[in-house]
Amino acid sequence: MSFISVFDVLGPNMIGPSSSHTAGAARIAYLAQKMIAGPLVQVDFILYGSFARTYRGHGTDRALLGGIMGFDTDDVRIRESFAIAREQGIAFSFTPDLKENEVHPNTVDIHMMNKAGQEMRVRGESLGGGKARICRINQVEVDFTGEYSAAIVIHQDRPGVVAHITSVLSRHGVNIAFMRLFREGKGDIAYTIVESDGRLPEAVAGELRENENVHEVMIVQP
Amino acid sequence: MDFKNARELLELCEKHKMRISDVMRQREIEEGETTGEACDARMKKAYKIMGESARGSIEKPGKSMGGLLGGEAARLYGWQQGEGQARSLCGSVLGRAVTYAMAVLETNASMGLIVAAPTAGSSGIVPGVMLAMEEQFDFTEQEMVQTLYNAGAVGYLAMRNATVAGAVGGCQAEVGVASAMAASAAVELLGGSPKACLDAASTVLMNLLGLVCDPVGGLVEYPCQNRNAAGAAVALASAEMALAGVPQLIPLDEMIAVMYNVGRRIPAELRETALGGCATAPSACEACGKC
Repeated sequence: MSFISVFDVLGPNMIGPSSSHTAGAARIAYLAQKMIAGPLVQVDFILYGSFARTYRGHGTDRALLGGIMGFDTDDVRIRESFAIAREQGIAFSFTPDLKENEVHPNTVDIHMMNKAGQEMRVRGESLGGGKARICRINQVEVDFTGEYSAAIVIHQDRPGVVAHITSVLSRHGVNIAFMRLFREGKGDIAYTIVESDGRLPEAVAGELRENENVHEVMIVQP
Repeated sequence: MDFKNARELLELCEKHKMRISDVMRQREIEEGETTGEACDARMKKAYKIMGESARGSIEKPGKSMGGLLGGEAARLYGWQQGEGQARSLCGSVLGRAVTYAMAVLETNASMGLIVAAPTAGSSGIVPGVMLAMEEQFDFTEQEMVQTLYNAGAVGYLAMRNATVAGAVGGCQAEVGVASAMAASAAVELLGGSPKACLDAASTVLMNLLGLVCDPVGGLVEYPCQNRNAAGAAVALASAEMALAGVPQLIPLDEMIAVMYNVGRRIPAELRETALGGCATAPSACEACGKC
């Protein structure tokens, strides 16, 4: 059983009204924007389950958009996120999908596009109490909560990449708590998520990119 | 220093001659691999947010996102300050606790900043009781911040051994646990023993057993705000019984198990799905059409 902190009980500090529909939504989008280099120019949200039915009254839409702009769950700017997104030149849309039933009740798909024209699709689930996880990146099923200091490495599924990752981390004295590889198929695009007990040094990103099969590296701090 | 249940918590209190809040704080430092200073700073921030979320919507009431709430706490506060002064049934501590508890729910429902305690839907009870007691008895901020660890300990026990999610255990798991947390904290603030704290928490859970989660329109507004007021009242009544030494037959560990058992037997319609209870009363459905 993972450690339950007193601040899991008295917390999160959050913009209301709902830990699952507001704070959890902000958290999903916050994690999602970490997966793609900014600045973003367009974000489209597809809402499922309870998200789709009650998102307006819970401010789920404002929370999602706030998270996309990097706002934390306790950032009062979430309330004004529509106006702030327009100022920042981010186009956005929300589409409820009431037909899809085969998903967790509080699920959202986030389709992001940055200024360079790169696109990324991320699916997240709000698990209750403000906790959330990313369960899909593009077409690949993953499992990522952002509770640990993490490196997300997007790479070609080729021999030697994992060895490269572990040797870079070892040089920096990083103790790996969890390391998992998710891939579209053999030899295709793969996502390796490394989670560390301590804080990952930002410098590892540059060294991880040095391998020719590594496409992108994102460091996500808790 | 760690504990899995209320029995182990009490043993630690006895062995080390510590209050519940001391044990919980020490647990956070050791198991959370942090420092007392860092914890206290974080807790102080939480208490500050609690205070602002309670006072903010009394001073500046606004309409909630769903449109079902707005101005209830200010109305209550105004009445208590005015004609209600001579006719208040609740008196100063309970009256104020109820008002603050409702105020926090208004702040929450209008996308204000709150501390989930343990959830957003039950976020009014701990601040309501704590702020009312601070005003009445002139406790220092440091004493209030310290006592939040006590409330946290009770919430942790419910989270670990049962649930605090309305979707799993009904409102008894949210408002019930929040009220148990507040009751235990109230007892410690007034110098009650660790056992008296946990007796108060147990009494609260017993008295709110079976409470269903039936939010109108699926929103954290109604009856949530009223239930937070009721929870504060049950918390203070139970704390007073414990302080007076009224024995509680069922220890907290057993009561948490009872609460969890009852929660799982509550039909799904009455667990945050808005398919039963108040949510399907004709007037509620009509009001909700305007949400």
